[in-house]
Amino acid sequence: MSEARLMQGNEACAEGAVAAGVRFFGGYPITPSTEIAEYMAVNLPKVGGTFIQMEDEIAGIGVVLGASLAGKKALTATSGPGFSLKQELIGYAAIAEIPVVIVNVQRMGPSTGQPTSPAQADIMQARWGTHGDHPMIALSPWTVRESFDVAIKAVNYAERFRTPVIILLDEVVGHMRERVELPQAHEIEIYPRRVPDKTKAQGYKPYTPMEDLVPNPADFGTGYRIHCTGLVHDETGFPSGSPSITEQTIERLHEKIARVQEEITHYDEFFMDDAEIAVVAFGGTARTAYAAVEAARSAGRKVGMIRIMTIWPFADSVMRNLAKRVKGILVPEMNYGQYVYEVERAAAGQAKVVSLPKYNSEVFTPDEIGQAIEELAAEVAE
Amino acid sequence: MKEIRLSGSGGQGLITAGIILAEAAIMEGKQAIQSQSYGPEARGGSSKAEVLIDDKFIYHPKVVNPQIFLAMTQQAMDKYSHDLTPDSIVIVDEDLVPRPHGSQHMIKVPITRLSVEHLGRDLFANIIALGLLVKVTGAVSFETIQKAVAKRVPPATVAKNMEALRIGYESVQ
Amino acid sequence: MKDYESLFRTNRLPHIWCPGCGHGIAMKALAKAIAKLDLDQDKTVIVSGIGCSSRASGYMDFDTLHTAHGRALPFATGIKLANPELNVIVITGDGDCMAIGGNHFIHAARRNIDLTVLLFNNNIYGMTGGQASPLTPVDKKATTAPYGTFDRPFNPCEVAKTAGATYIARGTAFHAAPLVDLIAQGIQNKGFSFVETLVQCPTSYGRRNKMGSAAAMLKDMSETVIPLAAYNKLSPEERNGKLPGGVLHTDIFPEYAAEYAKIITRAGGDKA
Repeated sequence: MSEARLMQGNEACAEGAVAAGVRFFGGYPITPSTEIAEYMAVNLPKVGGTFIQMEDEIAGIGVVLGASLAGKKALTATSGPGFSLKQELIGYAAIAEIPVVIVNVQRMGPSTGQPTSPAQADIMQARWGTHGDHPMIALSPWTVRESFDVAIKAVNYAERFRTPVIILLDEVVGHMRERVELPQAHEIEIYPRRVPDKTKAQGYKPYTPMEDLVPNPADFGTGYRIHCTGLVHDETGFPSGSPSITEQTIERLHEKIARVQEEITHYDEFFMDDAEIAVVAFGGTARTAYAAVEAARSAGRKVGMIRIMTIWPFADSVMRNLAKRVKGILVPEMNYGQYVYEVERAAAGQAKVVSLPKYNSEVFTPDEIGQAIEELAAEVAE
Repeated sequence: MKEIRLSGSGGQGLITAGIILAEAAIMEGKQAIQSQSYGPEARGGSSKAEVLIDDKFIYHPKVVNPQIFLAMTQQAMDKYSHDLTPDSIVIVDEDLVPRPHGSQHMIKVPITRLSVEHLGRDLFANIIALGLLVKVTGAVSFETIQKAVAKRVPPATVAKNMEALRIGYESVQ
Repeated sequence: MKDYESLFRTNRLPHIWCPGCGHGIAMKALAKAIAKLDLDQDKTVIVSGIGCSSRASGYMDFDTLHTAHGRALPFATGIKLANPELNVIVITGDGDCMAIGGNHFIHAARRNIDLTVLLFNNNIYGMTGGQASPLTPVDKKATTAPYGTFDRPFNPCEVAKTAGATYIARGTAFHAAPLVDLIAQGIQNKGFSFVETLVQCPTSYGRRNKMGSAAAMLKDMSETVIPLAAYNKLSPEERNGKLPGGVLHTDIFPEYAAEYAKIITRAGGDKA
């Protein structure tokens, strides 16, 4: 571990990405994510990497996809309006299987909304924002230290599964500063860029899936002369109009993530041993939820908490099991109610699921969550 | 836990003061969180910084029970004081906050005037305020805050900033 | 000199273009230019957007990238900056480059990043059946301009010049042999190079506008585009309906990737 220091969430996220091997950043300035771009502008050239400020948000993701294809681990960062603009090329990365990380420091929307105020209202957009079908990995840190760790995980997952990965920061964690002690370089595990399994002479095809269902398309400039397209393509990488190839492609894109779902579902349990009520929360809201749950525990209330890091793929089995363990589940989130729908679906009536939305541009107070815990406790006791 | 709110207008350096206070706490091995909120203006407008200091990990990252409230403009005094309690200590720049309110525990210091009179310019007001906050809260030692300020400010201004800290620290009993 | 035919992925042919289409002529000129310059086939990347012209990338035997509509230039910028030793050539169309991709076009030119951009200008959205583009001339008909267009088209070479491109040329599918040199010079320029090539679209543009066969459209082109020197001698009235051809503009300005390499050195990253 390095020496303790005060660090901002956005800065920790950027530093984690560089520690994970990111050597290319392209983007467009937008509050409250700009500190990530600024960090990269200062620090990437120091490690031989490249920073470029692009002309707009779409160019911001286009340029990192190009850099990734040319062999650099690449990341872009944005917030609500920019996240909306980037969606088409996020879909491109999904079907062309280009490793890329997109940081979305969520702010109040829709549209320009409240640019400097926090929200967690892009939960569903992260999953369903692009057109067409593909899976998504989205991770949401709740501390500054975890912003660093999540950035490393995101880069590793993007490279390992050759897929876009979204870091769903929120303004609370992105802009707050807190004490962190970061791991040293040798303590960090890095997933290297995948390389072709065969030579051209051995009949290499860039989009042949390996055992893990992930293909190894060669980086540009390495002599393989591959073709990359956003059209549905077969193993050669060239467009195919075949219904069976189309079906297999969509299935494989989903299956390569579905088969590792358990492994990449990260969450914490607190005070769950004899809990009758569980609070399910993520990001900045989880911090407030913890304070509320801790206070309710001190008051003798049998309440616990599940803190979710992996927003997508949804923690299905975790929530199914949770619904069997408790009588009531409270889902506080800084939006009009989004994640709660998935919790409700997984709970399938086994426990009472209650939404606690907040959308006035302010963060929850521990008392607000505490009161909702009391109300839910009273309700399930009846 | 120490819960401190610093408020004023953008450009008065209060966010920097909050960061330095949090860094000082970390130097003493404590946990600390600094957060801020601000409007669209780079200068002017209202801004607030909050600092939480505790011996154990701090979960909820915002001030719930403002023990210390510093206001450097009347607008900030009015905008960010809604949750003050009778126990809150209110510290104001007495020239810039003519109508302080929210608590009986009131400390009035001509913070900006002290900066101009003793150091020639108003831009040390945030460090004077920091010295004052350290004295009132005891959140960190005077030696630690000196180290934290010296680490943050441009080397050429260290002496003047040390003087500013002392002025603030000695401006109250 | 390399045989230009060896630069095609013959197993991907025949192409999808209509009989009489000019894109094949322009693509062949690019292949000949690459052969002439003897570019390393493994260190040359061809990037395209979406549209008829942008299908060319798939037919050429290099690392090739068929991006999203309008976005070829951001992808190409990322490739060049990530690996400056690569030759990066962009094939784009009039809708792709000047409508949906217009912002990227002016900014890539402004940066003077070392890309060679070939605009295959057929004055129409051909693949989707003949909608008006920002390069459809006034009074021409399109499915979305059934009474004739009335909005002013861009002059893409002038846009490129204003935006800061350091090599600008205009050729046509009729003048196929000189086009090879115009493209080759563009590739050799260390900076943002832009070559507009007029190509005929008999199916979606010529037919609707009663411009005759592909051969007739090529003949029109041969009369419309005249050498720059000859064009400059014409009176303003005589210039009406004519366009200057050949190398239209060159300039010297620092190249973006080379400049960024200096930033890396200044930051100490060259030793990293």
